[in-house]
Amino acid sequence: MTEGVSTLPAVVALTASDLRRRVWLAQLGFGALAVLACVTAPLVGPTPISLRQVFDSAIPFAENVDAQIFFIARLPRALAGALVGASLAAAGVVLQAMLRNPLATPFTLGVSAGASLGAMLVITLGLPLSLLGVPAVPIASFVGALVAVAIVYGLATMQRQGLSTNVLLLAGVTLNSLFSAIILFVQYLAEPSQTLQAVRWVMGDLDVGGYRPILSALPLIGFAFVAFARLPRALNLLTLGSDSAAARGVDVLRTQRVAFLSASLATGAAVAVGGPIGFIGIIIPHLVRLLVGSDHRLVLPASACLGAAFLVVCDVAARTLLSPMELPVGVITAMLGGPFFLWLLVRNR
Amino acid sequence: MYPVLREVSLSLPAGGLVGVLGPNGSGKTTLLKLLAGLLTPDTGRITLDGVDTAGFDRAALARRLAVVPQETQLAFDYTVLEIVLMGRYPHLHAFELEGPADLEIARRMLAATGTATFEDRMFRTLSGGEKQRVVMASALAQFETSSGSLDPGANGTRVLLLDEPTSSLDLAFQLETAALLHRLNRDHGITIVVCTHDLNFAAGLCHDLVLLCDGRIVADGPTDAVLTPETVGAVYEVNVDVRRHPASHRLTVVPLARR
Repeated sequence: MTEGVSTLPAVVALTASDLRRRVWLAQLGFGALAVLACVTAPLVGPTPISLRQVFDSAIPFAENVDAQIFFIARLPRALAGALVGASLAAAGVVLQAMLRNPLATPFTLGVSAGASLGAMLVITLGLPLSLLGVPAVPIASFVGALVAVAIVYGLATMQRQGLSTNVLLLAGVTLNSLFSAIILFVQYLAEPSQTLQAVRWVMGDLDVGGYRPILSALPLIGFAFVAFARLPRALNLLTLGSDSAAARGVDVLRTQRVAFLSASLATGAAVAVGGPIGFIGIIIPHLVRLLVGSDHRLVLPASACLGAAFLVVCDVAARTLLSPMELPVGVITAMLGGPFFLWLLVRNR
Repeated sequence: MYPVLREVSLSLPAGGLVGVLGPNGSGKTTLLKLLAGLLTPDTGRITLDGVDTAGFDRAALARRLAVVPQETQLAFDYTVLEIVLMGRYPHLHAFELEGPADLEIARRMLAATGTATFEDRMFRTLSGGEKQRVVMASALAQFETSSGSLDPGANGTRVLLLDEPTSSLDLAFQLETAALLHRLNRDHGITIVVCTHDLNFAAGLCHDLVLLCDGRIVADGPTDAVLTPETVGAVYEVNVDVRRHPASHRLTVVPLARR
């Protein structure tokens, strides 16, 4: 190999500063998109409000109707969408990389089915709808998610040393079916009105009614994201296979454990806030990979931000498309996500 | 559980070029994984320069010892350069991005393996032989380097372990791989251990051979001493003819009939 400039075309040659710039660009660009969605979404609705008046400091908040609509009625919903969208998209990225399966979603491993069963039990068994002032449905759904995670994780670590991703996948898929059957059984026994409420929950709803649910979920999701932050490079290497990753110095078992538990935590908390809103965890990661490549140092933050922006926009569509009637946001994401998923399947062949 | 390897005692010379041979299921891959630290032995120990590898920090071991698996299937597609840069993992802190030095090392390894011309191509679009050379470049990028080159530093033995490197390669790539491994060994002092089914590939490349059968070492020594019709015939249960090829001057094994 001859030394010299001629062997490396200067135009395409990646430099180290390019990598740094791409990471920053992805975070800033997609981050700006998320912020833009959160600020714009509350402006849209049956009562038109102006952003200028919302932030007009000359009018006291008590008399500023636009600000009240913005901050009290609509912003919590946008922030809930952002939080749930970011969690589901990031959890999707992490689980796909960890399972080495591009078709994995945050719900593949049974988390959403567990959460749904928990919520369903509270709704249909007529349990008190709040415990010590905290609404019971989100808590029950989060507990349901944790139960599902514990079962799947227990099974995957039982057989041998380490974590079997195959058992993880199979146990998750089986648990999904099993929990769905129990859900159907519970619904069969329930009053029609309760069944309706339960079905509505499964469709996903970001109308959280205030900042409280967001603030309750934030520490859990924040904790998961702190764990995510250390993962990207190890996730890149896991793409090569676990032996190759281990041979390059990756602590594979620890990475898999952190990835699975933190992704499950984020998913469980997100589902407790907004219900099991599907397809975010698969459309967004793949869309981002098409845009920025497969490096998880770019894919993970970009997916979180784009997931946030996407769900906020979907929720605006859900509440305005057939106004004054409201569509379940899960229906919107599924209608966009289903065809996209199928296209991915065909494209990967 | 049934032990795959039993009473294996083996010393591989630093700077050596060793082939590990044996029939299917004889324990070649298990031995390789043990050497690589991917498996831990039930009993006994594995040392590198006299130090137990179990005591090595993962990253420290990865800077001394690299593995090229039989096949690399990516879950997600990366560019060739990104794959090679992944070899720098054991040199970087948790949040550190690859710097100019890492990039230069990656490009040198691409050049060393003859893959520099496709650093921007997607890995999945490469042929089997190209993929393998890129994975080899990525493995070489793991090593501690002296001023960015592959030349031996004062950092101790560097070992490259390869599992069936020729299984998906045509004749031309087999020759090229053999030449590359030979160069890495002779010019850069890298210790090379190759697990292979291909007796003739091993005969042409390796200075020493280890012959495994049913989890035990049957023969171990210089290539000429191990590759005899008697030993090979007994291990593989076939009648073989072993002779020096008149044109290549290498030992050549020709299977004649199953015993």
